[in-house]
Amino acid sequence: MTAAVEFRDVARTFGEVRAVDRVSLSIESGEFFAMLGPSGSGKTTCLRLIAGFDLPDSGHVLLDGQDVSDVPPYERSVNTVFQDYALFPHMTVLENVAYGPRVRKVSSAERATRARQMLDLVKLAGFEDRRPAQLSGGQKQRVALARALINEPKVLLLDEPLGALDLKLREEMQIELRNLQRRLGITFVYVTHDQGEALSMSDRVAVFNQGRIEQMASARELYTRPRTAFVARFVGGANVAAGDVAQKLCGASQPFAVRPESVQVLAPSDAPTGLVVADGAVLDVQYHGATSRWQVKLDAGEIFSATRNASEPVKVPSAPGDRVRLAWSRDAMVALEAQ
Amino acid sequence: MNATATVLPSMGGPLRGLSTFFYRRSTLYLFLLLVPPLLWLGTVYLGTLFALLMQSFYSIDEFTAQIVRKPTLATYKALVTQPANLDIVFRTMSMAVCVTIASAIIAFPIANYMVRYASSRAKAVFYVAVLVPMWTSYLVKVYAWRLILAKEGILSWFFHAIGADALLEAILQAPGIGGPSVASSYLGMFIVFVYMWLPYMILPIAAALERVPGSLIQASADLGARPATTFRTVIFPLAMPGLAAGSIFTFSLTLGDYIIPSIVGAPGYFIGMMVYQQQGTAGNIPLAAAFSVVPIVLIALYLAFVKRLGAFDAL
Amino acid sequence: MRRNRTPLGARVAAYAGLAFMHFPVLIILLYAFTTEDRTYQFPPPGLTLHWFDIAFSRSDMWAALRLSVAVATAATLGALMLGTLAAFALARGSFRGKQTLTLLFAMPIALPGIITGIALLSAIKLARLDPGYWTIVAGHATFCIVIVHNNVIARLRRIPASWIEASMDLGADGLQTFRHVLLPQVGTALLAGGMLAFALSFDEIIVTIFTSGHEKTLPIWFFSELFRPRDRPVTNVVAVMVIAVTLVPIVLAYYLTRPKEERS
Repeated sequence: MTAAVEFRDVARTFGEVRAVDRVSLSIESGEFFAMLGPSGSGKTTCLRLIAGFDLPDSGHVLLDGQDVSDVPPYERSVNTVFQDYALFPHMTVLENVAYGPRVRKVSSAERATRARQMLDLVKLAGFEDRRPAQLSGGQKQRVALARALINEPKVLLLDEPLGALDLKLREEMQIELRNLQRRLGITFVYVTHDQGEALSMSDRVAVFNQGRIEQMASARELYTRPRTAFVARFVGGANVAAGDVAQKLCGASQPFAVRPESVQVLAPSDAPTGLVVADGAVLDVQYHGATSRWQVKLDAGEIFSATRNASEPVKVPSAPGDRVRLAWSRDAMVALEAQ
Repeated sequence: MNATATVLPSMGGPLRGLSTFFYRRSTLYLFLLLVPPLLWLGTVYLGTLFALLMQSFYSIDEFTAQIVRKPTLATYKALVTQPANLDIVFRTMSMAVCVTIASAIIAFPIANYMVRYASSRAKAVFYVAVLVPMWTSYLVKVYAWRLILAKEGILSWFFHAIGADALLEAILQAPGIGGPSVASSYLGMFIVFVYMWLPYMILPIAAALERVPGSLIQASADLGARPATTFRTVIFPLAMPGLAAGSIFTFSLTLGDYIIPSIVGAPGYFIGMMVYQQQGTAGNIPLAAAFSVVPIVLIALYLAFVKRLGAFDAL
Repeated sequence: MRRNRTPLGARVAAYAGLAFMHFPVLIILLYAFTTEDRTYQFPPPGLTLHWFDIAFSRSDMWAALRLSVAVATAATLGALMLGTLAAFALARGSFRGKQTLTLLFAMPIALPGIITGIALLSAIKLARLDPGYWTIVAGHATFCIVIVHNNVIARLRRIPASWIEASMDLGADGLQTFRHVLLPQVGTALLAGGMLAFALSFDEIIVTIFTSGHEKTLPIWFFSELFRPRDRPVTNVVAVMVIAVTLVPIVLAYYLTRPKEERS
């Protein structure tokens, strides 16, 4: 099956900065694909390369197997939901949504009907005659979505669409977007810096760092088997023991990661069998309701965090400066690529 | 889902083809956009300026009163060696400097009030109230002042009404600024210049003040500074680029003006008047050109000086 | 930032300054009605509409007015085309020499008019042309281009790049994007720039004196009338007319170009 979107060794440089540094990926048709990474990591640039707002300096971008270096955005069956929504303020909501068909010379009556259908789909029926200035952030976002989807694109690009919404609304929209994607069967390419969002919504995630993809896999795999220290830290905040710290702690020759929930907090005198132990001093304990998060400065040098359930009785001293012993099983350790 | 490919078939039409052609060649598009206006400005503006500059290197034959088209520095020499000419330059420059300082002093409180204290409705009113005199006909304004400053005009009436005739007489007798009536004195000219360029000073200052975030002023007060100190250490330095930008206008406009000195003012010549007179009756275009180079040089120097104060960012 | 208590001094200074700026024009209005015709006597001995009749019957005034309107129209049309092209070119992106071009577009306004005027005149003489209607238009068009350019580019810079991208993303090519998205936004700036250019050209004297030869635009007519002792209030009447004609486009242009947030 030809991939819906394919990057072959794509590079894009702005002045001195390598925004995209030899990236290759392939996105399947009908997939919900996330591009995750901190700001400046190149994910938005990749999105723009798919949309056509930018052209690669080297390498190839292919849509449906066809090289699109020559193809302007208005000739790609790709539509974008912008971070700032980019709604046209001098048009009503209906006119905004009907814009795509309008420039493709669809008749006025037909495009009005289709636009109304789209607004129904995004649950904004009744808002046809409002202007963008009169809408809330969440409503603007839905209009932007309807405006993109009316063109029945093969690929929908979303550039951090939920960033400006409050937490509750964001969570609602995440579920809605996922359901919409399943229903329509369109390929979604979703850019975000929020790892929780990427993990919960997508089929596969590409983790970007400084213009390169560090790992591209399913959410579960990224979480349980990160390949590099960056991925381990960025996706789920794992503890990473690099080179010499790894040696000191348990004689490991390679860096490794341990998730906080796999780390137990014990009293300094406890001696659990079969587990790797590390002693240190408490830095801080944060209360998170059902769990609490411990930050401990290990004698070996790193700061490790451990999560404890509220149900566990607190047998260990927890004031800053108190000595504790952390322990985890070898199975919970994931080997990482050496830097 | 329909079965179209991700790359849509071209909708055809020559206009779309044209659009795509330019989309891929953005430099060509830019070039085509710029050619007509640049061509115009290049010939009509830069070209004529260059012609003027060339003329300043020619000279006029004293006997035939014809322009001798041979490059020479004789005209410039005449310009800088004759004390009368230097007088003119000096007189014009000092007027420009005085006008700039006075406009700044008057404009600042207006801009300050407009931006920091006026309610949004009052602010809109102020903006219109500043724009209206700015765009009112230049000649009409000068003419109005001539009426006001004339011997039997409003100013005299005012001084008479408050019983200060003697004061007016004393001012008119003062050396340098006085004259037979205010309308034909340097003081009168000074007042008119300040009046004319005031809006050009107010707007950049207001724009610069608008850019001062309210949080800075609050932070200053929070740290214990009294309003006067806040003004001196926070607001005024940040408004400086606006002041500098406005001063470009007042300085340059005063340097080159020839109409105001001829309607309101003392007999002493200004650069602008010299230029006008030399090209007119005397037909001595090289000298007129040389005289016009003086403001260009002065303004260029002033721009270089004022750029360091950040004026260019405030334009 | 709003203070609850405005210093009285600040308020007084501001309003005094404003009054200073406006009262000369009000004086002109007053003098247009005076019965005294030979001096600038204040207060005016009486008020009359007599001078309006005389002003309107002066055929040379009408000829000058017609010329001014013709020149302003031609200069504005030319400036609208050239200024808009330049604004679109310079609004975004950076390229070598852009700073120089921006400076070039500021020069006709930054340098004193007399320099533009004499430069044009010496070029006219060099080319042995006859100064007249077209030379006047050429001089006016030059700074009108700058006015239009400034207005349009200010508006263009306020349009987020994402709108243009969104339009193309949805299937509109460059031309369609211009028609549906840019033109509605830029339209009012074009109108405002055009009106300002018209008013500026209508009122221009500094450059026009050099480029007009024997022709008389309204300001030149006005200038020559200033030194004639007879029919003095006629000049005042014409001054009032000029104010009225140029004021309307200025105020309209201001209202058209205020950013949306200020309109309530």
